[in-house]
Amino acid sequence: MGLILSEDQLILRDMAKSFCDEKSPVERMRSLRDTKSADGFTRDLWKEMGELGWLGILFPEAVGGAEMGYGELGVVLSECGRVLAPEPFLSTVLLGGNAILLGGNEPLQKDLLPDVCTGDRILSLAFQEHGRFSPYGVSTTATRDGDSFKVRGEKLFVLDGHVADQIVTVARTSGSAGDRNGLTLLVVDADASGVTIQRTEMIDGRNAARITFDDAAVDAARVLGDVDNGAEVLDAVFDRATIGLCAEMLGTFEEAFERTLTYLKTREQFGVKIGTFQGLRHRAAQMFGELEFARSVVLDALTAIDDGRDDVSQCASAAKSRCSDVANLIGGEAVQMFGGIGMTDEEEIGLFFKRLKAAELFLGDAIYHRNRYASLRGY
Amino acid sequence: MSTESIEEFKIEVRSFIEANLAPELRVGNRKDLPKKPLGKWIQALGERGWITPEWPKEYGGGGLDRKHAAAMKGEFKAVRAPMVSSFGTSMLGPTLLQFGTDEQKLEFLPAISKHEVKWCQGYSEPGAGSDLASLQTRAVLEGDEYRITGQKIWTTGADKADWIFCLVRTDPEASKHDGISFILFPMHQDGVEVSPLNLIDGTAEFSQVFFDGARAQAKHVVGPVNGGWTVAKRLLQHERSTDGGSEGGLSGAQKESYVDVVKREVGLENGVLADPVLRQRLAAQEQEAKALSLTMRRAGEEARAGQTARDIGSLGKFKWANMVKSEQDIVMLAHGTQGLGWEGPGFEQTELERTRAWLTTRADSIWGGTNEVQMNVIAKRVLQIPE
Repeated sequence: MGLILSEDQLILRDMAKSFCDEKSPVERMRSLRDTKSADGFTRDLWKEMGELGWLGILFPEAVGGAEMGYGELGVVLSECGRVLAPEPFLSTVLLGGNAILLGGNEPLQKDLLPDVCTGDRILSLAFQEHGRFSPYGVSTTATRDGDSFKVRGEKLFVLDGHVADQIVTVARTSGSAGDRNGLTLLVVDADASGVTIQRTEMIDGRNAARITFDDAAVDAARVLGDVDNGAEVLDAVFDRATIGLCAEMLGTFEEAFERTLTYLKTREQFGVKIGTFQGLRHRAAQMFGELEFARSVVLDALTAIDDGRDDVSQCASAAKSRCSDVANLIGGEAVQMFGGIGMTDEEEIGLFFKRLKAAELFLGDAIYHRNRYASLRGY
Repeated sequence: MSTESIEEFKIEVRSFIEANLAPELRVGNRKDLPKKPLGKWIQALGERGWITPEWPKEYGGGGLDRKHAAAMKGEFKAVRAPMVSSFGTSMLGPTLLQFGTDEQKLEFLPAISKHEVKWCQGYSEPGAGSDLASLQTRAVLEGDEYRITGQKIWTTGADKADWIFCLVRTDPEASKHDGISFILFPMHQDGVEVSPLNLIDGTAEFSQVFFDGARAQAKHVVGPVNGGWTVAKRLLQHERSTDGGSEGGLSGAQKESYVDVVKREVGLENGVLADPVLRQRLAAQEQEAKALSLTMRRAGEEARAGQTARDIGSLGKFKWANMVKSEQDIVMLAHGTQGLGWEGPGFEQTELERTRAWLTTRADSIWGGTNEVQMNVIAKRVLQIPE
């Protein structure tokens, strides 16, 4: 894959676009929010996506996957982002699924991933313990107890945690909060005793959960990667999930920008279209520039994973620091340019604004990722 | 010649290099190259038609096809041979090839292709910068000559030029784009006065040029009389195709990258740049440069694949300008007061050069269409927001 979509990817994009337009207009997301849907997404739609092969794009054929690449997944995620589809790609495929794919032994993969590919199993990753992203800031402990571990601690912002069947949990088996060493990833069943899950609703209508682990027992065979060395898997999972999130954001940028552009061309004040005002024209040009740069950087990052390049981490941080900034710019400018109507819940642009803010902060904001990029570049 | 194989041709180019390129010239394009060997090299190139390798031979060119020309340039590059480029070769020549009469081509192109006549570009005026079409320099037909009165500014190399290609108003009654002609005339004549402009970076490569009854032959109008705007725009495309896309950076003499300068001047503590805010800016700067080059590459791939996408030419120009400027801003912050030296003792030569580069790059968001003009173009032509 280069910096443009291949013929096959273009076909996939057109297919995903008509699927999303037809089955998942933005009103669907709004209605899930307003009716306080129990799942927070549409199970049937999720399974249809499974039938189309989208949920298994990353996974090997042996577990029912399509064994394609991030180029393809990125295309699908962008189209979902365009219509603000709240389906659990991030939690189930990019975070939980990736952790099992990259760190799980063969029996575990065969046990869990086939149902992920069909849409019958929801996963998540419980890592966060503070509001600000801090991948190694883990105090939750896992203590060896014979053939199992006992997990104790509290996690925040576990995406789709209220519906997850398994929660890949980052716990500390040695060291102290902030250390990269001493982390261990465990696959915890959501219905295990000692696991308490509290659903939390977010500004973007999506759901995360606070999860308390009170000596929840996990079989040692359900450890991903090596004990104490979970960061090896976790870093790779975060890089990939971050790049996937950026691909979703790209679709949201495009739609929010197009809607804003349309508004500039149609809304009249002072007897003229507001798009005639240079103060707005130049800002639209700036937004266009940032959007185009974001597109290049995200496509490059997706390619970096698929080509097995050694700069995936750098690409992930370059993409997320830019996309977080662009989320802030395009989301903020969209509401501002829509004016008073942009402040109403009825106008859909506000839904884009709120989703972009959530995406901006999740998995590290622009400041976090510029610092990480600097570290990777040797300063 | 174009029929011979590329490999045979490369051998021919190499023997030409051996015969004509003195070893001391094999250092790339630099301003301090020794004059005599350089003159010999340029003369040899010109006689062979290789200053303008793709122009037809009848006009002094090399008559090469694109592949052979690329092979030639590749061989020159491999030995870091100085390349010859001028307003004549890169702008006027291609424009004459497209719009000139046979007589005009025969009169002007051979001298350009031998690098014998220096040209300058009379476009901008004090009242016509970003709004170029509002230019006021008048040309009035008297018999078979035009008499020219007015003023040009930002004319690069006017003090050394032999001829000028100039935009003049030949019909003041017509609407502003329709009364302009593109005309050629000699600089060394009564009625032409050149006054170099000293710029903030200490250079004086640009001039003001005053015309007070300067004379141009009527047959030296290129393209239709009053149809010069089309010619002028085409020529500007030649100009734009030569900028943008290049990676920003300090000039050739300044080999240390801006990242290394910042690391050295600010210092690392446990591997982390000592100033956390500058660290953020440096990371953003590196990312911006990378994103620009990726975007240019993507545009090329899209064009080749025939995928319709929004044109990013104007975007590239203003993003490039901002990137080049902010790179120099960061370097200035890293140097602190050591970046304030103008000349003389007390400062490293590299410090002085970087400071001048910071000053020079202020122009990047102004020339070739200011950033504001680029944003106007994006809003109107790319985003198609009605005015």
